[in-house]
Amino acid sequence: MHVEAQKIAIATRRGLSRPAALLALSGLVALLFLLSLAIGPVRLSPQVVVQALFGGGSEEHRIIVQEIRLPRAILGLAIGAVLGLSGAALQGLLRNPLAAPSLFGAPQSAAFGAVLVIALGYADVRSFALPLAAIVGAFTSVFLLLVVAGRNANLLLLILAGLAVSSLAGAATALTMNLARNPFIALEIAFWMLGSLEDRSFRHVVLALPFIGVGAVLLMAQRHAFRALTLGEESAQSLGVNVARLRLLVIAGVALGVGGAVAVSGTIAFIGLVAPHLMRPLVGHDPARLLLPSACAGAALLLAADVAVRLIPATSDELRVGVLTAIIGVPFFLYLIVRERRSLGGGFS
Amino acid sequence: MSEPAFLAAEHVRVTLGGRRVVNDVSLSLPRRCLVALLGPNGAGKTTLLRALAGLIPAEGLVRIGGDVVASLSMRERARRFAYLPQGHAVHWPLPVRDIVALGRYPHGATDPARLAPTDADAVARAMQATDMVAFADRPITALSGGERSRALLARVLAAEAPVILADEPTTSLDPRYQIDVMRLLHGAAERGALVLAVTHEMGLAARFADMVLVLHEGGLAAAGPPAQVLTQTLLAEVFRVDAFRAERDGTPVIVPWSAHG
Repeated sequence: MHVEAQKIAIATRRGLSRPAALLALSGLVALLFLLSLAIGPVRLSPQVVVQALFGGGSEEHRIIVQEIRLPRAILGLAIGAVLGLSGAALQGLLRNPLAAPSLFGAPQSAAFGAVLVIALGYADVRSFALPLAAIVGAFTSVFLLLVVAGRNANLLLLILAGLAVSSLAGAATALTMNLARNPFIALEIAFWMLGSLEDRSFRHVVLALPFIGVGAVLLMAQRHAFRALTLGEESAQSLGVNVARLRLLVIAGVALGVGGAVAVSGTIAFIGLVAPHLMRPLVGHDPARLLLPSACAGAALLLAADVAVRLIPATSDELRVGVLTAIIGVPFFLYLIVRERRSLGGGFS
Repeated sequence: MSEPAFLAAEHVRVTLGGRRVVNDVSLSLPRRCLVALLGPNGAGKTTLLRALAGLIPAEGLVRIGGDVVASLSMRERARRFAYLPQGHAVHWPLPVRDIVALGRYPHGATDPARLAPTDADAVARAMQATDMVAFADRPITALSGGERSRALLARVLAAEAPVILADEPTTSLDPRYQIDVMRLLHGAAERGALVLAVTHEMGLAARFADMVLVLHEGGLAAAGPPAQVLTQTLLAEVFRVDAFRAERDGTPVIVPWSAHG
C-alpha cells in the first residue's frame, strides 16, 4: 500500500506543460504558414487565402497562393522543422548544447555540391541538377566521415573528422568561387549561399521532402536513446543502447534531412542551434521530449523569417532569409546564453 | 559457497592499447551474495567489471545463469546486469524520477512519462529504498554529491537485475552515506541479487561483504570471506601497506596504517 501511494505521488506531479506547449507551437506554426501564403507583393486577406487554397476565388489568387506561395510555405515549414530537429538530435547525441547541424559537415558539403553546379553553369531554378548535387554532397560527407573516422569511432574522433570534412567542403567552395570564369558566377554563388526560399516550386518540394521526411523519421526513432545518453555513453550502453550504431544513424539522419534542406534553400544558419534552446525553458531538458518541440520551433522561426524578408523593404532583391536568421539568431542566442548562464555554467558535470 | 555459481568467468583476458589489463581471471559467484572487488589503482577492477557485463570485448568466457554473455542480445544483457559506472556523470538536469526510471529502460520502459505498473512499482521501490521520494521532482543536477549518488544508485536498483555491478559506489561520500550505500547493496543481495562492488574501503568491505576478491596487476590474487582474505600479509604484498587489524563481533576491522617497506 505504501508503494502504491508513492507511485501515485510519483506519477501525478509531472507537468502538463509539454502538451500545452506543443499545442501552442502548432497553432503558431499554422498561423505563420497562413501568413506566408498571404504576404508578398500582393497582400491577400485570410479569407482570400483560405478560399484560394481550396480552389475557390479568382484564378489570379489561386495561382499566387497555390503555385507561388504554397511551395515556399511548405519548404519553410519542412526545412525549419528538420533544422530544429537536427539541432536537438545532435545536442542529445553529444550531450552538449552547442552542437549544431553543421557539426559533421553535411550542410557545407551539400553547399559545395550545389556551388559546383552553379559554377559549371548547369544551375537553373527549374533544374534538378543543383539540388541533386547538394544531396550527393551531403552523402559524400557522411561517407568521408566514416572512411576517416572508422565505423566504431568515438565521439571525439567523429567531431575531429567532421571538422576536417566541413573545412574541406568550405575550402572547395572557396576554390570554386576563386576559379569562377567571371565575377557574375562568383556573385551568384555568394548569393545562393546566403539561403533563400524565393521562387521555389512544387518540383523543389517533391525533391526535398522525401529526404527531409526520411531524415526526420530516422532522428525521431532514436529519441529514447538520447534520454539514456543523459547518463553518459557507458551507462547508455549498459542499458542496452548500441551507441556506435546510434551515432551512425544520427549522422545519417542529419545528412539526409539537412542535405535535402540545403539542396533547395541554400545554407540557413542558427535555426538548428537556437530552436532547442528556445524550447528547454518550456518543456525541460529531457533530450527525447525536446525533439518535437524543437522541430515546431524551427518551423516557426523559418516561416517567420521568410515572412519578414518579404515585409522588409530592400533596394533591388529580397533580403535573403539565411542572412536574416543569422542576423537575428546570433544576438538572440547571445541573449539566451546570458539568461541561461547559471544553468549552463554550473549545472553540468 | 554452498549455492551454485550464477556468474562464472573462465580465463578472462582484456587487452587495452596493447597492454594486458585483465589477465586470466577465472571466478564463480553465487546469487544472494555481496562481493567486494578490491585492488590497488590500475589493478584492472573497472575493466574486469566491464568485461563481465559484456561492455568491452574480452577473451575467455563469461556465463550468467548458464548463458554465455557474449551470445546474448544487448537488451537481454542489459536486463541481467545493472551497471553503476564510476563518477556521477549526468549531462542534463532531468528530474530524479526520470533518472531512476532509466533503470527500467532494458525492460522496454523507454519513456518515463508512460511507465507500465510493474515498472512504476520498481521505480517507487527503488526511490523508497534510497530515500529519494522527496527529491522526485528535483533536477538531479541540483542535488548534493551524496544525494546524487543515491539517486544514481536508485536507478541501478530500479532495474531489479539479477546482477548488480557497482564501480566505487561509496567514493566521495561521507561515512554515513557510505554505510547507507553498502547496506542498500547488501539488501539487494539479500533479496537475491549478486552484487559485485568495487571499493577501496577495506573497512566497509570487511564489514558488509560476504566475499572479497582481490585483484592485483590484472590477476586474481585472492578470493574468499573477508576475515580469511584480508590478512596483514596480503595487504602488505598487494596494497603495500601495513594495516591495523582488530576484530569486533567476529568481523575484521581494518585500517591501513603506514606504507609498507
